[in-house]
Amino acid sequence: MKKTAGVTGLFHDPDQVLKAAAEIRRAGYRKFDFHTPYPLHGLDDAMGVKRTVLPWISLGAGIVGAAVATHLQWWTGAVDYPLVIGGKPLFAFEPSIPIIFELTVLFSAIATVVGMFALNGLPRWFSKWQDDPHFVRSMDDAFVVTVDADDAQYDAGKTRTLLESLGAEQVREVEYEDQ
Amino acid sequence: MKNVTDRHRQDSWDVEGGGSLAVSPDEIREPLFEGTPGLRDVTETVSGVVEGKPTKLWYATITLTSGLAAWGILTILYTVVTGIGVWGNNQPIGWAWDITNFVFWIGIGHAGTLISAILFLFRQKWRTAINRAAEAMTIFAVICALIFPIIHTGRPWVAVYWLLPLPNQMEMWVNFRSPLLWDVFAVSTYFTVSAMFWYVGLVPDMATLRNRAKNVFVKRIWTFVSLGWTGANRHWHRYEKAYLILAGISTPLVLSVHTIVSFDFAVSVIPGWHTTIFPPYFVAGAIFSGFGMVLTLMILARKLLNLEQFITRKHIENMNKVLMATGLMVGYAYGMEFFIAWYSGNPYERFVFINRAFGPYSWAYWTMVTCNVFIPQLFWFKNIRRNLIITWVISIFVNIGMWFERFVIIATSLHRDFLPSSWGYFIPTWVDVSIFAGTVGLFLTLFLLFAKYIPVLAISEVKGILPGSQPSHTHH
Repeated sequence: MKKTAGVTGLFHDPDQVLKAAAEIRRAGYRKFDFHTPYPLHGLDDAMGVKRTVLPWISLGAGIVGAAVATHLQWWTGAVDYPLVIGGKPLFAFEPSIPIIFELTVLFSAIATVVGMFALNGLPRWFSKWQDDPHFVRSMDDAFVVTVDADDAQYDAGKTRTLLESLGAEQVREVEYEDQ
Repeated sequence: MKNVTDRHRQDSWDVEGGGSLAVSPDEIREPLFEGTPGLRDVTETVSGVVEGKPTKLWYATITLTSGLAAWGILTILYTVVTGIGVWGNNQPIGWAWDITNFVFWIGIGHAGTLISAILFLFRQKWRTAINRAAEAMTIFAVICALIFPIIHTGRPWVAVYWLLPLPNQMEMWVNFRSPLLWDVFAVSTYFTVSAMFWYVGLVPDMATLRNRAKNVFVKRIWTFVSLGWTGANRHWHRYEKAYLILAGISTPLVLSVHTIVSFDFAVSVIPGWHTTIFPPYFVAGAIFSGFGMVLTLMILARKLLNLEQFITRKHIENMNKVLMATGLMVGYAYGMEFFIAWYSGNPYERFVFINRAFGPYSWAYWTMVTCNVFIPQLFWFKNIRRNLIITWVISIFVNIGMWFERFVIIATSLHRDFLPSSWGYFIPTWVDVSIFAGTVGLFLTLFLLFAKYIPVLAISEVKGILPGSQPSHTHH
């Protein structure tokens, strides 16, 4: 069954993109996005993208990493198989630092990468826009605006007019095959 | 040369599209590109390499390098089946080429993370042209490095109990107080984080290739590996944050890895190893050797893959400056080691250093000093820093010099130990040479595969720094 994905259009000038983003937001749209070949500075603010919680995930995972490393070294050396080596204490903080540091970084890095993709809803090998030629160009040399059909403000005619008035080229409605 | 530079500078001032190219004073400097490439030029140049057919030269080279790698693997099998007695290691030189090669390869890997993480935090835009290839080298170099400690254990099939925190048949654990174990954690963390960092950078570029692919099968592969990246700005927002966090945590990581490698030596009580200068000295040497290798391969790749527009003489010059700075640090460390050996008043310490420079291994010591300290002084001259052929030759000397540095540290400190009756001399066997040559073959084979099948430039990052690619009010 064919379904409407929404309206899309092309931009070429980064300044126009920023202006358009602010205007679309001001018009009350929330489910819209810009597909760009590289991140544009300032677009997050113009679109009103909320700051991501990702840094907290990284921090949390780092703390878990440090705790795991400390526990591993203390438990194996002082609890599970206590063995006096060179008359030294069974557990000491100083020689444990390198492994605590490494596992902090390791856990934090894995959580950052996995968390980033998960928050983005990736991997997902299907996008409503994927067959549209605009989308194909958005990874090359154009900035592509997409307004979702399920946005509360969406109205095929009005949305198209708005995008055109903001300078978008080749504005059109896109359909996709619902799966 | 000057005229060409001036002309390009003039080009980048030409304003198109109503002031989106406003030039701020700090941009009046040599541009990072030759000419004025557009967004599409970046896509075409980089994708062209991946989508085109491999050249005859590529086939010829990879045949040679993979042959070398195969020979290396055969000799590794021979070593494992027979025992490490087939190497030249002896008493007192229990660590020889195995550990030399390990440290050598790990060091090569340091340029990639320096470029991708530290230069990112310092907002060095020129890094975007070389970070992808340098990060690839990091991963391949660490793979080569990991081979050596594993086969050096002699019985790699039980090495898992010595390297990982798994209780053995006596329910004993690994010794967490040993720097060798710290090293396992440092190197494996480094490998994992570098590989993830590299992959995250690749995702948008692989999505570009996916969108361009004509062949259904090829498209399916790119679709799978690019994880369905759409380039949506809400995704870029988290992506950029993730990249920044990764850069932030990789910066202390890259410094920690060679620090911990140096602990393998510095925490022991062998004269010549037991010094506090080792961590910074090893890190500087690692970056020095890494940049040497990046220059060796990138000067060739830039020519063969027609990347001159994006990797300019300015990039080469910047890398040469890093090479010089780290080379001077290494030279300072060589001098300071001697001073401390004398100043310590410890006769064993003094003996080791005098023996290092004037004993049986003096040929290796002076090879090291010549390659690492004397030859890079040529980079004080600007026209030498910008000369590709001379730079390439010097980078080869740096590679050789840094291999010798590790050999000198290991062999000269061990070969004349406390009892003159047990003094010895290390001579490599054909197996030692074959395994090392095999890792060189493996490294080059992986690099050739990378250069052909994976985008060699970070497409999205290069696009993001093209003149006029960013909105004017945030342009800085």
